[in-house]
Amino acid sequence: MADAALNTIEEEGKITLNFGPQHPAAHGVLRLVLDLDGEIVTRVDPHIGLLHRGTEKLIEHKTYLQNIGYFDRLDYVAPMNQEHAFVLAIEKLLGLEVPKRGQYIRVLFSEIGRLMNHILNVTFQAMDVGALTPPLWGMESRETMLSFYERVSGSRMHAKYFRPGGVHQDVPPGLLDDIHKFCDGYLKVLDEIDALLIENRIFKQRNVDIGVVNRGEAEMWGFSGVMLRSTGVAWDLRRSQPYECYNDFDFQIPIGRNGDCYDRYVMRMEEMRQSVKIMRQCIEKMPSGPVSSTDNKVVPPKRAEMKSSMEALIHHFKLYTEGFHVPAGEAYAAVEAPKGEFGVYLVSDGSNKPYRCKIRAPSFVHLQAMDYMNKGHMLADVSAVLGSLDIVFGEVDR
Amino acid sequence: MADLAALATKLTDALPGAIANHVLANGELSITVEPGDIVRVMTCLRDNPSCEFKILVDICGVDWPQKAKRFDVVYHLLSLTRNMRIRVHVLAAEGESVPSIVSVYPAANWFERETFDMYGVPFSDHPDLRRLLTDYGFSGYPLRKDFPLTGYVEVRYDDEIKRVVYQPVQLVQEFRDFDFMSPWEGAPHILPDGTRSSSGNPGRKA
Repeated sequence: MADAALNTIEEEGKITLNFGPQHPAAHGVLRLVLDLDGEIVTRVDPHIGLLHRGTEKLIEHKTYLQNIGYFDRLDYVAPMNQEHAFVLAIEKLLGLEVPKRGQYIRVLFSEIGRLMNHILNVTFQAMDVGALTPPLWGMESRETMLSFYERVSGSRMHAKYFRPGGVHQDVPPGLLDDIHKFCDGYLKVLDEIDALLIENRIFKQRNVDIGVVNRGEAEMWGFSGVMLRSTGVAWDLRRSQPYECYNDFDFQIPIGRNGDCYDRYVMRMEEMRQSVKIMRQCIEKMPSGPVSSTDNKVVPPKRAEMKSSMEALIHHFKLYTEGFHVPAGEAYAAVEAPKGEFGVYLVSDGSNKPYRCKIRAPSFVHLQAMDYMNKGHMLADVSAVLGSLDIVFGEVDR
Repeated sequence: MADLAALATKLTDALPGAIANHVLANGELSITVEPGDIVRVMTCLRDNPSCEFKILVDICGVDWPQKAKRFDVVYHLLSLTRNMRIRVHVLAAEGESVPSIVSVYPAANWFERETFDMYGVPFSDHPDLRRLLTDYGFSGYPLRKDFPLTGYVEVRYDDEIKRVVYQPVQLVQEFRDFDFMSPWEGAPHILPDGTRSSSGNPGRKA
């Protein structure tokens, strides 16, 4: 908890408090230096970088295909959404088309990622303000979704499933039916969590009118995702700058009114219901056909093909040693990740490795506004605001 | 695409002399401006009614050691009302400072700190230009191309003195830099003496 040695009493009631980096409400390794006047926060100075692994530097030293794995480790709560931005950037530079089935599978797993992220966030936000039951109830269905990740990619979290040109493999038999069945049960879980929280007096006291931002402030601080929409801005990249095949689906974007922590909770719950709607449509309309592009210069051949085709064998060897070359140029691709706009700015010099890959993480931007959002609030509200910002340190620190 | 082309012409008119050049590629508009003009350009992009780029999406650096102006500071902006994006490049030589745009976009604060941390590009008039992501007391700029991947310092817990110690990096085996670039496609590859050949166009088939 707070480090006693650093708590200096300067004058009557003025305290500097060290919050974290080991604190259950810090959502990872966040160190906040808080200036307090009594219980009122006067300044927040987040010290980040405790989880900095030099991802962007590492990416410059590996081929494009090898780099996808780093994106699972950014926002490890919803791994595939990050991979999505990276492969979209590569595809933009290559001018590569993804077959319809590949796109549908990507959308399906991106939406599962959104469910996994939001269920973790809303329940842990509840825990930050004192409720212990929601995380226990939410974790069960999150675990089921992780098992879907495992069945499709072989790994619960580090999926590395989205590849330039499509996805790695087709979904195994029976998985789509199981996801469809899961959708119904999931809506019940959401209702149960809502029953615990939405009218809960303590939960409302801790969240209503806490951490309020208006449209102007949200724009000033570069907010995106739920943080921006909570102020009443109808902006979702899935609708406003559609990528992949989001135009094929019928879904609504929930918009907030008050821009406070409670609005953001309600919006995340509603977003999950909309995601379930997308997932159902996705499974019902799932087209047949290849799951990845047939461009052999980018997409590795299937194992069976390699047994009989010399050309496939050569392609396989080349793609897993040298990798493919991406034409020189720069591209920015963004997706509506659960936390907001997750973007990848890719600079290629025409070789087989990215020259520069900048990861634009939504949590990074939102965490920056901590000082602004917490000024004048009570110390206990810091964790409520932090919980509603939806921070994951994998992508803040990169 | 047509919108962006129209925007580029409008910007050239609205900001006479500030835009060195503009490029439309991959459906994205990039403009290049001089460091001295960046605050004026950003204010115009934010406030001009035909732009309204109210959201600063990203600021990052790119290192091109072989160029005279080594650092490329790249700004990404987004307009919610026009549904457009724009990219702004500013070129800076080593040690040359770039005016901070925190006064225009408060969100630039951490992005500029990160760029300073990673590349050592100083931003003048920044309210609080400290390192952001690297360790307390770190020296060097890790994302520069001449900074080795393994770094210079490593950290470990010393059981004898019961605290964390910093020491120079010791690799148990030599760093293996795999370069599978094929020599026959005209790409720069490693010659027997260890240098890279500069002949040929990288990525393009001969």
